[in-house]
Parts: sequence; structure tokens; C-alpha cells
Amino acid sequence: MSQPAENETLPQEQKPKLWVYLLPLGLFGVLMIFFFFGLGLNPRLLPSPLIGQPAPDFSLPKLSNPDETIQNVDLTGEVSLLNIWATWCTSCRQEHPVLMKIAESKEVPIHGLYYKDQPALGIEWLNNYGNPYYDNAVDMDGKVGIEWGAYGTPETFVIDQEGIIRYKHVGPISWHDWQTTLLPLINLLKNNNGV
Amino acid sequence: MFFVTAVSAEIAGFPFESESQEQRFRDLSTELRCLVCQNQSLADSNAGLAQDLRTELYEQVLSNNSSDEIIRFMTERYGDFILYKPRFATKTLLLWFTPILLFIVAVFFLIRFSKFRNQSQQVQPSEEELKKVRELLKAQEQKK
Repeated sequence: MSQPAENETLPQEQKPKLWVYLLPLGLFGVLMIFFFFGLGLNPRLLPSPLIGQPAPDFSLPKLSNPDETIQNVDLTGEVSLLNIWATWCTSCRQEHPVLMKIAESKEVPIHGLYYKDQPALGIEWLNNYGNPYYDNAVDMDGKVGIEWGAYGTPETFVIDQEGIIRYKHVGPISWHDWQTTLLPLINLLKNNNGV
Repeated sequence: MFFVTAVSAEIAGFPFESESQEQRFRDLSTELRCLVCQNQSLADSNAGLAQDLRTELYEQVLSNNSSDEIIRFMTERYGDFILYKPRFATKTLLLWFTPILLFIVAVFFLIRFSKFRNQSQQVQPSEEELKKVRELLKAQEQKK
């Protein structure tokens, strides 16, 4: 390593440069930037590897009629939502009025995945609070939930005409989420039809 | 944990056909994260989802799926987050190499600014400096 000439000739002037003093401040600044963005992230919101993938295969009994089955091919043909819910899920109760409003808007059919719960309780829930769902598939043992990477109800997927998952919303949908994120995406997907 | 293997091949209601299967189940369930209670592994957690994923893991171990296959199954559905140990990939390069990088930078600064280095420089004054010193000493002598 070569040394700066002035260090050799004038050892008494070997004071560190200004940048050496500013270095800790700079490092602190970088740390703050990482903290600002890192701590702003919600660790509960995990990126789903299913985005851009076809909806996972399933074949489950219908909530309204256990003799009929719902399959993932039923999710193709038009843009739709798949909402994972249960009666034991308190946030689902919170989300329910928003789902009712979405159903009223007739923008998109909502398919339900009734997750790890008794069918009778689900039917009672829909009778009491209203039914925003086009249909409901009953996933008693949670196997299909695993296929969909479900980890916290309610979860809602946006599925396009080809049955490809385009978006995942974890947690209850608010009306604001619907208007600012979900609806614009759904309109975009509808317009892309046939392209 | 050593005494556990001495007992029959069974963990909390999961009977295994062999001890190697049991060992694999044990290893994988500690490598995989429970997504509900995020600071617990599948082995530690009592959350409903962790139980379901343990059952899934158990069935796959029993059908002798390889550990790679099982990990692929889990990450295809839940993403890399389910792995406690981050994968070695392009997007995790920074994560893996930052400690080494910081170490190298630290060593550089240590050498660059160490006292030892400054002293070693001072014990070897240049010819020019020696000349200056001699002149000063001479002037001092003459004053006396």
C-alpha cells in the first residue's frame, strides 16, 4: 500500500480528514433509511408466490348443497374474487358488510372458500348477515387452504378470465381498498380481455 | 433431546415407520416457520395452521417425498418466508455478504488508522526531515 506523501513528511499534521468525522453520521443516515423503510413494512403481509400462477386445483362440496362440487375451472371465464372466510374469524365479520356492498355493485362475482368450519354455522351466518357470495366451497380440513397459501383469514384473491391469480389481499377488505386497489385492477383485467 | 430417539419412532401422535423418517420430520418441522405466529417453527407452534402444515409434512414424509420436494411444496404456496434459513439467491446476496463486506471494511479502517502504523511511520523520518533536525540542533548549539 502506498502512503500519501504528506503523511511521511509532516507526521505532526496527521489529523483525520473531515470525511472521517462525517463517516459515522453518514452510516447512521444509511441505517435510518433502512429502518424507515424496513420498519414501515408489515411483517404479516407476505408476498404470495401464487401471483401470476393458475389458481390451484381443487374440488370441494358446495356449502349450499354438499352433493354438488365446485372446482377451480368454475373460477375461469370472467374476472372473479375468491374470499377465504370462516365464522370463527372475527375480521371476516368486519369485512362482511364490504363484501355485501361489492356484491351489490355487481362488478365481480365473489366465490367463497369456507375454511375449516362447520357448514351449518356458515349457512346460519349467511342467513343472518346476508350472502354476498356467488357460491361457497367447503374446505373442512384446510387442505385446499394450504394449496392457496392461506395463513390468515380473511384473504381475497383476484382471479382473471384465464383463471390466473392476479392479486392477493390479506386481512379484511375495506371500502377504501376496494375503490383504490381492487376495483381499478378488476377494471384493468376486464379491459385486457382478449388481448 | 437425545433420549427422544431412544424411544419408539413417534412424535405427538405422528407414528413413523422408521427413525430416519422421524428424524426428517423433526428437522423439517424446525426449519419451517409457522406463518401465523412468525417467531415459532412448525414444531413449536400450536396454531391451527401449524398443525395443518405439520400434518401435511407428516404425510409427505411418510410417502417418502424428498426434503427438497417438501420444501418446494411449501415455498410454492407460502413463499420463501416459510424458510427460517434464507435461500442463497440473487435477491438475498446482500443479506449473505453484508457481514463479510462489513468485516473487510472494518479491517481496512483498522489498518488505515491504527496507532501502530502512525508510529512505524514516525520512527523512519525522511532524509529531508533529518536534515532539518540537524540544522535546528546546530542552531541550538550556536545559541549556547
